[in-house]
Amino acid sequence: MEATATHGFAGLILIFVSAAFTDNVLLTRFLGMCSCLGVSKKVDTSIGLGAAVTFVTSVTTALNYLVYKFVLLPLDLDFLRFLTFIVIIAAFTQLVEMIIDRYSPSLYYALGIFLPLITVNCAILGISLFMVNKPYNFLEAFLFGAGGGFGWFLAITLIGGIREKINESMLPKGLEGPGITLIIIGIMSLAFIGFSGIIKV
Amino acid sequence: MEQLMVNILIATGFLAGMGLLLSALLVIAEKSILNFGPCTIDINNSEKILKVKGGGSLLSILARESIFIPSACGGRGSCAYCKVIVKNGGGPVSPVEEPYLSDEERKRNTRLSCQVKVRNDISIEIPREYFSVRKYRGKLISKRPLTHDIFELRIELLEPREITFTAGQYIQLKSKEYKGRESVIRAYSMSSVPSDKNHVELIIRRVPDGICTTWIFDYLEEGQNVGLSGPYGEFKLQPTDSPILFIAGGSGMAPIWSMLRDMREKGIKRKAHYFFGALTQKDLFFLDELRQLERELPDFKFIPSLSREPENSNWTGERGIITDVVKKYIPDTSGYEAYLCGSPGMIDACIKALTSTGMPVEKIYYDKFA
Ligand SMILES: Cc1cc2nc3c(=O)[nH]c(=O)nc-3n(C[C@H](O)[C@H](O)[C@H](O)COP(=O)(O)OP(=O)(O)OC[C@H]3O[C@@H](n4cnc5c(N)ncnc54)[C@H](O)[C@@H]3O)c2cc1C
Ligand code: FES
Repeated sequence: MEATATHGFAGLILIFVSAAFTDNVLLTRFLGMCSCLGVSKKVDTSIGLGAAVTFVTSVTTALNYLVYKFVLLPLDLDFLRFLTFIVIIAAFTQLVEMIIDRYSPSLYYALGIFLPLITVNCAILGISLFMVNKPYNFLEAFLFGAGGGFGWFLAITLIGGIREKINESMLPKGLEGPGITLIIIGIMSLAFIGFSGIIKV
Repeated sequence: MEQLMVNILIATGFLAGMGLLLSALLVIAEKSILNFGPCTIDINNSEKILKVKGGGSLLSILARESIFIPSACGGRGSCAYCKVIVKNGGGPVSPVEEPYLSDEERKRNTRLSCQVKVRNDISIEIPREYFSVRKYRGKLISKRPLTHDIFELRIELLEPREITFTAGQYIQLKSKEYKGRESVIRAYSMSSVPSDKNHVELIIRRVPDGICTTWIFDYLEEGQNVGLSGPYGEFKLQPTDSPILFIAGGSGMAPIWSMLRDMREKGIKRKAHYFFGALTQKDLFFLDELRQLERELPDFKFIPSLSREPENSNWTGERGIITDVVKKYIPDTSGYEAYLCGSPGMIDACIKALTSTGMPVEKIYYDKFA
C-alpha cells in the first residue's frame, strides 16, 4: 500500500505512524545515541527516558513550528533555525524540570531526573529540523513530533528489554555495554528497514 | 550592501532578544517556582533544629549552616562520601543514588545528601562529631622525610586558627588538581598533640600512583596553602584503667604518636605496650623519640619487629610478623584494650590473633586506613 499525504483524520494518523516507524529517529537516523547507550540498561529507566523524550519532542516541535512560521520566516531568518531551536528546546526542558520538581515529586523522580540528560539530545533537535522540511500545519507538526518521540521511546524500550535479557557477564570484555548495544541497535534497524516504503508522507 | 547590513542587524537583534527573553523567563521561573518556602531540618531527634530556605540539596543547605558532611565530588553524586540517614521527608531514592546504597543501607534509610532535595520539613541523623567539624585553610610549614616512603607534614592553621580534637581523630585533606588528576579528599590521622591547637601534623605513606599521596609527595611544597576539614572519627583512648596494646605499622604510627604524647602531657599512668611492625630497619622512624617516651611514661614499652630484615644484619630487636611477637610478649590478652591502626589486612589479622588469646572483640578499637 502506498499512500500520499492525505487530509483529515487518516492523514494525521499516517503522519504519526510514519514518524514512529518508517522514519524512526533512533533506528533509521541514529539520532539520540548518547543517552540511549547510557540509559538503556533497564526497561524501567528506558521507559522513563523515552517518555520524557516523547513529551519534550511533541511540545518543542509544536513550539518550534510556531516560532519558525511566525517569526523566522517573516523576518527572513530561516538560517538561524538551528540556534533558535536549540535554545528553545533547552529553555523548555529547564522550565519543565522546575515545574514538575515543584509540583509533582513523584513525576519528578519518574521523568524529571532525565530532563537534564535530554536538554541537548540531538533526536529532539533533529525532529524539529525535519519538521521544517515538510509542508505541515500546526496540528500535523505536533503529531509529527509526537510520533518521532514515540518512535524513540519504542526503540529504547525494546533495546532496554533485550539488554535486560542478555547476561552481559557472558560476553567478551570488549563487547560489554556500548559494544553489544550498538550491535543490538544495528540488528533492530535492519528489522525497521522493513517498514520503509510502506507509508510515504 | 544595505540589505545585508539590515539582515545582519535583524539577525543579531533577534538572537539577543530571544536570549534575553528566555533567560528572563527562566530567572523569574526559578525565583517563583522553585521557592519552597521555609523548611525545618531536624537533626538527631531534635538535638538541633535548623530553619532553612528550601530548594537546594541537603548537602549544600547543611554546609550553609556550617555543618560539613564529607564530600569529595562536590555534590555530583559520584563519590558516595556524603551519606546520611534521612528518617523522613527525603522523597524517593533517585537512580543516581541507587548504585551506591547497599540493601542494608537502604533499610536504614541511608541517602546521598547531595541528591536529597530539601523541599519540605525533613528529619535526618548524622554522627554527632559532624557538629564540631570545621573547614580549615592552612599553610604547610614543614615537610620532612621520616623514611624512604613516609613523610611528616606540619600545617599551620590560618582560618580558623584553632582546632579542638581528641588524640586519635583524623582530618580530611583536599588535594589540588595536577596533571589531569582531579582534586580528591583523603583521610589522614593527626599525629600532633591536641594541646597544639594552631597546628596539625600528619604522617603520610606514599601509595604508588595514589592520587592524593602523589600530590603530597611530588607537588605540594612548603609555604603553600592547603584545605582540610575535621576532626572526624571515633578512634580515641577509652576512659578506663585497663592496660593498653597499641599495634601499628608504617603511617599507622600517626594517631598513636598523638595518643602517647597526649598521655605524657596529661600524666596518664596506664600500662602500655606499643608493637610496631615493619619490613626492615629502613622502615623504622621515631626510634629515639619513642625510647625517650619509655623513660618518661611510668609503664610504657616500645617493641618494633622486623619481618624482612636480612638474617646477618646488626638488628638486635624482635624479628617476625607482628602478631607472633604480640603473642610472645602477652600470651593472655584478656583484661587488655587494643588500639590498632593500619591497612585493613593487618587489622583483620590482628583481630583474629587477639581474640584467640582471650581479648573480647569489643575491647579492640581500630582505624582502617582504607
Ligand atoms: C580513617 C583513616 C585514616 C587514615 N590515616 C592515614 C594516615 O595517617 N596516613 C596515611 O598515610 N594514610 C592514612 N589513611 C589512608 C589515606 O586516606 C589514603 O587512602 C591513602 O593515602 C591513599 O590515597 P591516594 O589518593 O594517594 O591513593 P588512591 O588514588 O586512593 O589509591 C590508588 C591505589 O592504591 C590503592 N590503595 C589505596 N590506599 C592504599 C593503602 N593504604 N595501601 C596500599 N594501597 C592502597 C587503591 O586501592 C588504589 O588502587 C587513612 C585512611 C582512613 C580511612
Ligand atoms: S558529594 Fe559526592 S556523592 Fe554526594
